[in-house]
Amino acid sequence: MSVGPLGEKPHPTKGRQKDGLAGGELVARVLDETWRDPPGFFGWFCAVNHKSIARRFLVTTLVFFALGGLLAAAMRLQLARPGNTLMGPDLYNQVFSMHGTTMMFLFAVPVMQAVAIYLLPLMLGARATAFPRLTAYSYWIFLFGGLLLYLAFLSNAGPESGWFNYVPLAGPEYGAGKRSDIWAQTVTFTEVSALLDAVIIICTVFKMRAPGMALNRMPLYAWAMLVTAFTILFAMPAVALASSMLIMDRLVATHFFNPGEGGDALLWQHLFWFFGHPEVYLIFMPGLGFISTIIPTFARRPIFGYTAMVLSLVATGFLSFGLWVHHMFATNLPDLGKTFFTAASLLIAIPTGVQIFCWIATLWTGRLDFRTPLLYVLGFFFILVLGGMTGLMLASVSLDAQVHDTYFVVAHLHYVLIGGAVFPLFGAFHYWFPKFTGRMMSERVGRWSFGLMFAGFNIAFFPMHLLGLQGMPRRVYTYPAEMGWGGLNLLATAGAVTLLVGILLTLVNAVRSARSGVPAPADPWGGGTLEWATASPPRMCNFPALPVVHGRDPLWQPAPPEAPDHVAGLAIDVREVLTTTVAEARPDSRMMFPESSPWPFLAAVATTVLFVASIFTPWAVVWGAIPVAITLVAWFWPRPKEAAEELALEKTP
Amino acid sequence: MNPGLHDALHALGPQAAHIVDLWRIFLFICTAVFAAVMAALAYALWHAPRSRTGEPPDLRAVNRPEPGPRRSVATAVTATVLLLLVLLAASVFTDRALARLPLKDAINIEVTAHQWWWTVRYVSGPVNETFETANEIHVPVGRPVLVKLHSDDVIHSLWIPSLAGKRDLIPGRTAQLAFRADRPGIYRGQCAEFCGFQHAFMAFEVHAHAPQDYEAWRRRQLAIPPEPADPQARRGKQLFQSLSCAMCHGVQGTPAQGRRAPDLTHLASRRMIDAGTMPNTQGNMASWIADPHRHKPGVNMPANPLSAEDLGALVAYLGTLE
Repeated sequence: MSVGPLGEKPHPTKGRQKDGLAGGELVARVLDETWRDPPGFFGWFCAVNHKSIARRFLVTTLVFFALGGLLAAAMRLQLARPGNTLMGPDLYNQVFSMHGTTMMFLFAVPVMQAVAIYLLPLMLGARATAFPRLTAYSYWIFLFGGLLLYLAFLSNAGPESGWFNYVPLAGPEYGAGKRSDIWAQTVTFTEVSALLDAVIIICTVFKMRAPGMALNRMPLYAWAMLVTAFTILFAMPAVALASSMLIMDRLVATHFFNPGEGGDALLWQHLFWFFGHPEVYLIFMPGLGFISTIIPTFARRPIFGYTAMVLSLVATGFLSFGLWVHHMFATNLPDLGKTFFTAASLLIAIPTGVQIFCWIATLWTGRLDFRTPLLYVLGFFFILVLGGMTGLMLASVSLDAQVHDTYFVVAHLHYVLIGGAVFPLFGAFHYWFPKFTGRMMSERVGRWSFGLMFAGFNIAFFPMHLLGLQGMPRRVYTYPAEMGWGGLNLLATAGAVTLLVGILLTLVNAVRSARSGVPAPADPWGGGTLEWATASPPRMCNFPALPVVHGRDPLWQPAPPEAPDHVAGLAIDVREVLTTTVAEARPDSRMMFPESSPWPFLAAVATTVLFVASIFTPWAVVWGAIPVAITLVAWFWPRPKEAAEELALEKTP
Repeated sequence: MNPGLHDALHALGPQAAHIVDLWRIFLFICTAVFAAVMAALAYALWHAPRSRTGEPPDLRAVNRPEPGPRRSVATAVTATVLLLLVLLAASVFTDRALARLPLKDAINIEVTAHQWWWTVRYVSGPVNETFETANEIHVPVGRPVLVKLHSDDVIHSLWIPSLAGKRDLIPGRTAQLAFRADRPGIYRGQCAEFCGFQHAFMAFEVHAHAPQDYEAWRRRQLAIPPEPADPQARRGKQLFQSLSCAMCHGVQGTPAQGRRAPDLTHLASRRMIDAGTMPNTQGNMASWIADPHRHKPGVNMPANPLSAEDLGALVAYLGTLE
């Protein structure tokens, strides 16, 4: 009789019943019960199911999107006419800093990770994300970081030096109060969360795919998220380092950025943009993944140029690290060096071009069905390609010398970020809404909201190109009437209001459809990826029997005769999962996944105490580490019950 | 009030003109490419047959190569690469042209940026011919100007859209900017890097003169303003030196030697006050001195609650600083 390390014996009954289609609905129900989060108020804090966490994560990021949008609306109202006194410079500077910080750190990156945490296990044919408890922890950390930022803003301590937070303006000498520290710690929160989610996504994509889903059969969305996650892994530490150095400059009087003591103000810009430019692409690449998923479904054919698409994504991820200096063309860096970055910035247009041409080829040779998700994709084409063109202009050192830090750049970045990420995201939202909620969104309202968003967006942001060329700098709280910028600014404000109405209409459509939309079947669009194989909304266990994949579009290319279409044999009363090999997705091992637990939540609370207190005293890093250590030890403490179950599984494979 | 020329596409000097030429090349190629991509997309949408959701997918592409689309995509990618090379070459040649502005006989100026104004020092020639002014750069038409850029506090950026591209002023670093104005006139410039509360109104002007007018202006700047004759202005001078004004502002030839705020030696000769924000009139001056924060919230100059009489005297004195 084998005995575990704590002296426990194998569990007498657990792990004997196995899954598979033969068991029918009864087995599926047991599986659902196994994977369900604990009930009740306290159970809510213990949840680790990827769908529960992702749903909360998604809603949180959308709330931040709404808040960031309201801040944008406030800015547009202030700028609608010259010399406006709605806001003074103090408030306006906080508002534009909050808008940028919210959209970049609390919306654009995390929303993509939230969608991925929901979708990836479904699309890859798995029952969970890798590291379920870490998924919960990273959500709580993200939530607390966002709350910190907004509580600070409400108490008039919001960041005021922009989302880029340049020193010395944000440094100890010129950034008085705690505003810059709040910014730096918010960034620390979101970095921790984003880095952990990146690890989760990489491991999920590499090890949790359904048997048969070799890398060259993986959905392009999974490829996009894989490349994004790797980009996060290499980009985010730069800003985490920079913000920690800033905190140290401010709190313990180091001189990293103080030129008077041998520091360098430009060091901040290098570290920030070494993160900041890949940041743009890691917002954009998930959008590419959405588009590569939506287009085949509504063109009724597999994507054209799968291999080229994958290589383009990987190339984009790599090249995104070679462009950061084009944010610094106005500084006195060597001119020859800047030319290199011009070349690199132009170069990255090639992989994006390849993908756009492949999508057009897919549409060209497909049979089209113009539903709302496809409309958003078409909107993406118009906006993103235009934004890409102005991006080429900004890549030129000489041209950038004129348009850098003007409204031309504001126009460009909204064209690429809203065009490259928000329109695809809204398309994705309409596309997967039936899977999330089990109901269809209204097609008629969807078309209206798309039309308003598309028109409003272009009316709001196209005039900003002209304003920039006419010399209007960015980040000004108002401007003199004599400059003659009033008319275009008023037009931009009108466009922004239209855009806002379009977004609100989507919200109304979502709320109404979630309550009383037409019930959705498992596969309402006839899609080819695995998430459409399970019920809408998915069961707690995702798949009662894990699918086996035989092609790039598993639902369109079913198993050939005599080949298996699912695997069976995982325990149904404990959280047992199948891992597969990285390249070919052959079954590799069976693992026990952890139970629901309150410790990720408590560990996040302890981490929050450490981070927030270290805004005020460096000793927080010392004393705050103790509760973090306690919660982490409790998190990983081996429990006799789990050990007994694992032993039982070993005895009855 | 004419704000002065301020438009990147309205170039009146060789540096800005090179960039406008480059802009035209980029605009032409990018517009053509955008139109081509949109046309291809529109044709694809128009040409492809329609389907209904849930129709069985067309799986012929799974096992059969598609030479037609493959050729088209390859052609489009090749065209993209070639056009990008054209853009790269155009950009590099413009960089070179900008770097080759002839600097023979250049006027040397040092600009130091502060929150939220500019010091301008003329350093050509012997030491006794150097002088300092604020928020106004005067240059002769047709002669190159070489500007050394410093910052006294945070990062700023010097930008004169109609004459040249911008250049950052970074504390601890010295940068250079060269430009030339080819036509007389007033050109507006502005700080382009976010620098705090009054970034929006951190402007300045470049006045380009015919060479003899520039020389006359330079002579006047070297002169020390005469003792005011008018008794009200004389009282104003006393006030200036006894109140807090002289703590920050300097007037050459007087005990007022403050360096924390714009030099006022020739204030009355300037077209604008408050870093290119308000026309230099007596009314604006009085209103500014009494409460600068009403005009520019957050500036470093304190409010001066003076009696109307004292304020009048002070403004009268400042009016004599030709």
